Amino acid sequence: MADINRTDILHERENSILRKQDGFCSGNGMQCDAASVSGAVSQRACAYTGARVVLNPITDAYHIIHGPIGCSSYTWDIRGSLTSKEDIYRNSFCTDLRETDIIFGGAEKLTKAIEELIKEQNPKLIFVYSTCIVGVIGDDVDAVCRIMSEKYNIPVIPVKSPGFSGNKSTGYKMACDAIMELLLPHKTDEKVEGINILGDYNLAGEMWIIKNYFKKIGIPVVSAFTGDANYENMIKAPSATINVVQCAGSSTYLANRMEEELGIPYLKVSFFGIEDTTNSLIRVAEALGNEEARKKAVEFCSQEAAKMEGFLEKYRRNLQGKKVAIYVGGGFKAISLIRQFDLMGMKTVMVGTQTGKKEDYEIIESLVGEDTVILDDANPAELEAFMKEKGADILVGGVKERPLAYKLGIAFCDHNHERKRPLAGFEGVYHFTTEINQSINSPVWDYVKGGCV
Amino acid sequence: MLDLTPKEIMEKRHITINPCKTCEPVGAMFCALGVESCMPHSHGSQGCCSYHRTVLSRHFKEPAIASSSSFTEGASVFGGRSNLNTSVKNIFDLYDPDIIAVHTTCLSETIGDDVGNYIMDMELPENKTVLYASTPSYEGSHIQGFSNMMIGFMNFMTKKEETTDKLAIFPGWVNPGDDRELKRIAKLFGADFIYFPDHEGSLETPMTGAYKYFPKGAGTPAADIKALGSVKKLIALGQIASVEPAEYMEKQYKVPYTLIPSPVGVKLTDQYVMALREATSHEVPAELEAERGRLVDLMLDSHQYTHNKKVAIFGDPDVVYSFTAFCIELGMIPKYVITGTPKENFTRSVKKLFEDNGLDPEQSVIKADTDLFYLHQLIKNESVDLLLGNSYGKQIAKAEGMPMVRMGFPVLDRYGNTIQATVGYAGGIRYVEKITEVLMDRQDTDAADEDFEIVM
Repeated sequence: MADINRTDILHERENSILRKQDGFCSGNGMQCDAASVSGAVSQRACAYTGARVVLNPITDAYHIIHGPIGCSSYTWDIRGSLTSKEDIYRNSFCTDLRETDIIFGGAEKLTKAIEELIKEQNPKLIFVYSTCIVGVIGDDVDAVCRIMSEKYNIPVIPVKSPGFSGNKSTGYKMACDAIMELLLPHKTDEKVEGINILGDYNLAGEMWIIKNYFKKIGIPVVSAFTGDANYENMIKAPSATINVVQCAGSSTYLANRMEEELGIPYLKVSFFGIEDTTNSLIRVAEALGNEEARKKAVEFCSQEAAKMEGFLEKYRRNLQGKKVAIYVGGGFKAISLIRQFDLMGMKTVMVGTQTGKKEDYEIIESLVGEDTVILDDANPAELEAFMKEKGADILVGGVKERPLAYKLGIAFCDHNHERKRPLAGFEGVYHFTTEINQSINSPVWDYVKGGCV
Repeated sequence: MLDLTPKEIMEKRHITINPCKTCEPVGAMFCALGVESCMPHSHGSQGCCSYHRTVLSRHFKEPAIASSSSFTEGASVFGGRSNLNTSVKNIFDLYDPDIIAVHTTCLSETIGDDVGNYIMDMELPENKTVLYASTPSYEGSHIQGFSNMMIGFMNFMTKKEETTDKLAIFPGWVNPGDDRELKRIAKLFGADFIYFPDHEGSLETPMTGAYKYFPKGAGTPAADIKALGSVKKLIALGQIASVEPAEYMEKQYKVPYTLIPSPVGVKLTDQYVMALREATSHEVPAELEAERGRLVDLMLDSHQYTHNKKVAIFGDPDVVYSFTAFCIELGMIPKYVITGTPKENFTRSVKKLFEDNGLDPEQSVIKADTDLFYLHQLIKNESVDLLLGNSYGKQIAKAEGMPMVRMGFPVLDRYGNTIQATVGYAGGIRYVEKITEVLMDRQDTDAADEDFEIVM
């Protein structure tokens, strides 16, 4: 950091920004996984958000937000997770706490709210999310959930996610704990050959693509978390042989707990890009010791990759040498993206994440080229400064980064909740490449700079 | 879609399903983004700020920059003073606004943070202002947060000096396209006015390839907020969002005010025009008469397609009131008129609007402090021809196969909405086109081949 001397970086943030030089980054590695600096305009959200994004895709669950209305309305239909059947999760349920509830406690209102839903709607599964305010006024949400569970004989699971308790990663853990509470009563020693997919949220139908690949190579999928998941399907998970973890940031903790408490080992995979998809399918087959599946995977992937070759060649001409800035949620996605851009002939000049871990940043450092800027928990001022300095042609990010990129005259691709086309698997490579090309080479850029003459 | 909604109405629920409001802080953030060189600051957890920025970004398609105190567990136990102090220092160092407008959250309110005192104890750089408004999320709705922040600005900045010849206009919660239209109309009267808050240019920046966090000339200037106490008269628009700021102006600075509904459609725009005429003693410009004439002409041309059509109108109280008035002008029947904001004034004023127009309010459902689940149940019992409201109604429109026209906040799923006007005669023309287009599209789609015609 010492050699980057600018006024748009706060002193407290200096150790969270690295620059690769002479083959490695200076200093003692990335300062990350820490609380955001007050007033820096972090792009991060809170623990509650983390819990919501992980659990919300469970399609037949009633997700009750115990708190003021805002926490409920902002997370209504929070991410584009698709469903093949139920769509209860696309509604917003809230106790809508008012001043009197804050003074006298909200537990009674919560109890009544749960009972109304149970009587009217006959739910199979309820999650109750504690927000900041509930953490402070001290409602005994655990007790309410336990009493409701016993009285009505359905799982009513508390999710302890007050926003102040940490960043999104903390919330991921709270969500994983809630999933474990659902799974533990269904612990079994009777195993079936098959996998659970962890950490895919079926954005734009990505879970369906991945499941289809496993079907093609003859590996049964027992259960999948949480994209297009439902109660009946989730409780089968304890019988699976291995867990396959796609989004490591949100689900490694769950995988660890399932390994320790349900005896299911796991491996981390990625279905972003040809290389990652191919490796992942082969590795899963190998982990199961299924030679036939391995052969099928090799054959299937080489066929799919061959189909893509002409396509990639065509787009490479458009994209070769373009410079990419990446700012995404977790480290694993950033890593996948760097690899994919390499394949397109594009150079990653800036890469950052909201919640990456030290190990992630080490891998990122090893993948990027000289002089690339690496950041943790960046703010708009830093994103702007480095994208301008590096002359980025496109930014890959999420909802808050999109308008920022456009205002700076930089193309954009959403690799977050707002992606509308699946970016996973071989199909994903097609969509991702065309999307990048579409934004970089849109005719609108001809009109952006300069005036009428 | 929405298979959970039973036809039988669940009365007196404790669970809110599919809300028709959000919380106070986002209103405060939106208000503060309408002030020149001002950073809105959320004194609470990181998530609040992130959500508000997201929803504003999605509605306006603009970067909505705002900062947060980023509360941790420690701050929640020991108080947020040091988080606020650090924030203020960092914001001035890095983003260099002239003003930081702090709003509270449910968290900082409940732990009892005395933000006013924290600010008084701060040592600020020269010519910099930090001010605040109390916006607990468990009271009112985002509309209340918007009003509270307006009062927060005035409380800290406005001075009472000798009365000038200037006017003040409070637009209420509107889009940048509305700001432009409301100012244009006022300028046609030659009015010299202060407009607060003003989102033209701040949440709607023209594309130049260069980006500034606080573009010069965008938003109400600090000097104007200071001078609010000296204006001779205030025209406040939006009977719910602007009432408390208007009352504050009268009480604190003895500024007389005229409070009128957000000017949507003919009559309500007439009211705005008349208020300007009275305040400026300027005749109504011929240009405006012509615009009004064009709107009325269009309403006449198309009236057979809107007459007696039943409409459900939902969203924020002011925009819902004004669209109800406009729909009545179009000969439509506002069957369900609904807001999530807990303000009984809303129900009273909508009922009076019905009566003034010879409609029986008992034949319709007019309700505040309710949700879209309830609206959906009503529609299941008796359907309507058109849904008029924000994007959250699209699930109902899909489930019931109904045409929908978007208005209000937030519109998350269409482009170009916020840069055009809803208010004024021009806004009326825009919405007659929108409403008749979906109604006539529906007629075309549903028509049997033998009934299908090119000319309509």
